[in-house]
Amino acid sequence: MKRATQSTETPQVGRSVPRLESWLKVTGRAEYVHNLRLPGMLYGKIFRSSVAHGRIKRIDVSAAQALGGVHRVVTGEDVRKLVAEPYYGPAFHDQPVLALDKVRYVGEPVAVVLASDPHVAEEAAHLIVAEYEELPAVYDEVEAMSSKAIVHDTLKPAGTFPDLKHLKGRTNTNVALDFHLRRGDVQKAFAAGHRIFEHSFRTQQVMHTPLEPLVSVAESTESSLTLHTASQSPSFVRSEVARLLAWPENRIRVRVPYLGGGFGAKLYIKLEALVAVLTLLTRRPVKISLTMEEQFFTITKHASTFRIKSAVAPDGHVVARECEVWWNGGAYADIGPRITQKSGFTAAGPYDIDNVLIDSYALYTNLPPAGALRGFGIQQLVWAYESHTDMMARALGADPVEFRRRNLLRDGRPQATGTVMRDAALEKVLDRVCVLLDWSKPFDRGAGSVRRGRGIAIGFKACVSPTTSVAAVNVNADGSCTVYCSTTDMGQGSDTAMAQIAGEVLNRATESVSVVHSDTGVTPYDMATLGSRSLFHMGNAVKLAAEDARRKLDQLKSELGLSAEAEIGEIFKKKYGMQAGNVLGTGSYVPTYKSPDQNGLTDNATPFWMVGGSGVELEVDTQTGRVRITRLVNVADVGTPINPKIVETQLSGASIMQLGFTLFEKMQFDASGQLRNASLAEYKIPGFLDIPEAIINEAVVAEQKTGPFGAKGVGETGTFSVSPAIANAIEDAVGVRLTSLPMTPEAVYMKLQESK
Amino acid sequence: MRREIRFRLNGEAVSAQVAPHETLVELLHGGFGLYGARESCGQGLCGCCTVLVDGRAVSGCLYLASLVEGAEVSTVEGGKELDAVQQAFIEASGFQCGFCTPGFVLMTRQLLDEIPDPSEEDIKHYLSGNLCRCGAYPQIIEAVKLAARKRSRA
Repeated sequence: MKRATQSTETPQVGRSVPRLESWLKVTGRAEYVHNLRLPGMLYGKIFRSSVAHGRIKRIDVSAAQALGGVHRVVTGEDVRKLVAEPYYGPAFHDQPVLALDKVRYVGEPVAVVLASDPHVAEEAAHLIVAEYEELPAVYDEVEAMSSKAIVHDTLKPAGTFPDLKHLKGRTNTNVALDFHLRRGDVQKAFAAGHRIFEHSFRTQQVMHTPLEPLVSVAESTESSLTLHTASQSPSFVRSEVARLLAWPENRIRVRVPYLGGGFGAKLYIKLEALVAVLTLLTRRPVKISLTMEEQFFTITKHASTFRIKSAVAPDGHVVARECEVWWNGGAYADIGPRITQKSGFTAAGPYDIDNVLIDSYALYTNLPPAGALRGFGIQQLVWAYESHTDMMARALGADPVEFRRRNLLRDGRPQATGTVMRDAALEKVLDRVCVLLDWSKPFDRGAGSVRRGRGIAIGFKACVSPTTSVAAVNVNADGSCTVYCSTTDMGQGSDTAMAQIAGEVLNRATESVSVVHSDTGVTPYDMATLGSRSLFHMGNAVKLAAEDARRKLDQLKSELGLSAEAEIGEIFKKKYGMQAGNVLGTGSYVPTYKSPDQNGLTDNATPFWMVGGSGVELEVDTQTGRVRITRLVNVADVGTPINPKIVETQLSGASIMQLGFTLFEKMQFDASGQLRNASLAEYKIPGFLDIPEAIINEAVVAEQKTGPFGAKGVGETGTFSVSPAIANAIEDAVGVRLTSLPMTPEAVYMKLQESK
Repeated sequence: MRREIRFRLNGEAVSAQVAPHETLVELLHGGFGLYGARESCGQGLCGCCTVLVDGRAVSGCLYLASLVEGAEVSTVEGGKELDAVQQAFIEASGFQCGFCTPGFVLMTRQLLDEIPDPSEEDIKHYLSGNLCRCGAYPQIIEAVKLAARKRSRA
C-alpha cells in the first residue's frame, strides 16, 4: 500500500481497485448491525396480524406478559402515549409504528414482546391473542381502482411532494397517486388509419431478500437517541424519527455500518421508528432483527398491470402510444407514489414518438407494502414496452433490431416528457448488444424437443430528482485524507468509488483514503442511497469537497511561501510549527429540476439518463417448458466508469437478480391474502445452478458530461432489459408469447399446450 | 440446564456453558464474539452460517452447540494471514456486500481439499448450497479457479 501521506501522479479514476473493505469481508470481520450487542439490551419480537383487513377488537397480551423473562409487551396504544400521531412514510404519513385501530395486511406488526433472551421474546409472542372484525379486502391493483374495499379511510400525503397535495383528505379511494402525461394528440393519431397494436402485461410481487435481514438497534438517554441501523437512508431516518418525536435532529444520531445487501429494502423507515419508541419506553437498548420470513411482510416490489397500445405508420415509425399502468402498492404507500410518477416519465420507452398518453396509478391494496427494488419501477415498464415492441416487429415482418433502430431516441431529441436526451448512448448500447450476441450471424435453432431462440431488449431510466448530497473531505496534518459522506455501502462499492474520486483530486492513492461511514452525528446530509443516484450526486459532492480542500491547501502554500510541489505535510508543519491542524473541504450537489406541468411535461426531468440493453440466447425444452439460458449479454451506458471491475460486477449481479424475478421468484398469496411461501425453502432465489452458461457485460465508451469524471450510476442498469429479452427469445424459439412474470416451466409448458 | 462443553476453536482449546437449544452460531456470537458465521435464512439453505466441524461444513444456524463437544471447530476468523482462497476472492471480486462471503470461503477450502483442480461444473455443484443475493457467482467461479492455481503453486 502506498503511504497515505505521500502524493501520487497515478490516475485513481478508471482503476479497478479492489473494494477497500475487502480484508474485512473475506475474514468475516466487516461490521454489520447484525453483530451489535449492547449492555442491557432487550430483544424485540413482533406479533403480526393474521388477517388482511380488519378492525382491532381486542389484543390480549396478559399471557405473554406473564411469561418469565418477559420485560414488557408493547402495542400500538402504548406507542400512542409517546407519539400522538405515530404514522410515518416518505410520501404519505400512513404507516403506524404498530397497528392502530385497523390492520391492513397479513403480517402487519401489531405488538412487540421485549426480553433479554430472544428465545423468550419469541415464545411470548406466540402467547398474544388478537381479535379482529374482518373487513372486505382487495388484492388486485386493477380491482383496487373501483373496489368497495377501501384500505385507508382518509389519505394523508406527507406534504413534501407538490404532486400529492391534491390527495390530502381524500376519502373513498385507493389511488395514492395518479400521474398523467399528454404529449401531442394520441386520439387523432390512432384515428389516422395506421396499424394498431394493443397488449397487456403483468408482473408479480417479489421480495429483495437481502441475506442480512432488516435489523435496527436503538439506545437512548434522557435527551438523546442513537439508532444503529441497516439503512440506505440515514438522513431520512433522522428527520422522520425527529418529526415523530418532535425533537430537533441533532438529538438523534443514526449510524450505519456495512449492509449485507439492500436493493431498496432498507430505505426510509422500516424498523427504526419502532425501536426508537421501544428504547424510549423502556430506557434500555432495544434490538429487532427480522427473520428471512418476516422480511416478506415488510417491503416488496410492486406487482403491476400495464396496458400498452401503439399506432405504427407504413414506414415503420411508431406515431402514437398509449400507456396505462397500475401499481400494486400494498397496504402502505412507502415510496410507491414516487415510483408511479418517476417511472411514468419513461413508460413509453426509449423511442421517438410524437403522440404519447400515459396514465399511471399507485394503488393501495391489502398486501404487504411495496417500495423500491433496484429500478424504481423500471423493470415493470421495460418488460411491457419491450415485449410489445417485439410483438409488433414480428407482426409487421420487421427485424426486431431494425424496428427499434428506426424508432430509437437520438441525443438531442425530446423524450415523452419533453426533456431533451443528452449523454444517453441508446444506439451504441443496442449496437453492442447485437455485436456481442452475433445477431447478424446464422443461428442454430435446435432440433427435436430442444428449440433455441434469441431475443434482445433495451430500456432506459430517468434518475430520481431533485435530490441533495453533501460531503466533506478532511486533509490531516500528515497529508492523509478522510472522506465523510452518508452514502451507505451495501455492496455496490461506494466507499471505494468515493475514495477514488477524492484520491484523484488530491493525488492520493485510493487505498490510502479513509471513508467514514454514515453517522448523522458526523457525516453530512444525503438524500439516500437509492436509484443509482449516489455515484453521480455524492460523487459530485465528494469531488467538490476535495477540490475545496485542494484550493485551501494551495492558498496556504502561497500564503506560507511554499512551492506548488510542496507535500501537504510541509504546509501544516510550516503553519503550526509541528504536525497539527487540518483542512476541511466541503461540497454539496443538487441538480436542477423542473416539476412536470399538468400535462406531465417538463424540459428538465432528470440529471442523467441510464441506458441498459440485454441480449439472450436460450433453449426451451418443449416437453417440460424449462428454459435454459446459454448466453446473456448486458450492455450499459454508465458514462465513464470510475472502477471498471466494480461496474462489471454490478451489471452482472443485477442481471442475475433479474433472472430470478423473470423465471421463478413470486410471492404466492391465497384467497385471504395469506402469503404461502415466505422462506427461502419455498421462495427460490438464483443459485449457482441457475446462472447462464455465459454472461458478458460491457459498459460502452461514453461520457456523462455532468458526472464526476464523466461517470454516472450503474446499480440498477443491468436489470432493465433481462425479462423482455428472455420473453422475446422464448417466442423466437418456440413461437409462444408469455405476457406475465415469472416465466416458469409450467407457464411456458401451458402456453405450448395452448398453441397446439 | 446449561452444561459445560470443551472443544477446539480455530486451533485453541476452549470451553463454554451451553443451553440445550443453543445453536453453534449463537455460541460463536455470544460466547466468543465471532460474527463471521451468521444466520440469514434460518433453514440451512443459504450457507451464510457455514462453520467447519472436524473439517466438515455444517449449517451453524441449525447445528446444536452442544454437539461440538470434543470437536475441532473452524470459522472464517481462523488464521492470521489471508490464505489463497481469501486472496483469490479479493483479486477476482468474488463478493459485493460480503454477508455470504465467509460461507463461500469455508466451502471453497473444503472443495479444494477434496478436488484440488475443480472444473466449472464441480464448482457450481459443490457451492450450490451457498446463496449470494448480490449475484457474484461468475466472479466466485473465477475466485475458486484462481485459488486452485494459487494453491497448486504453493
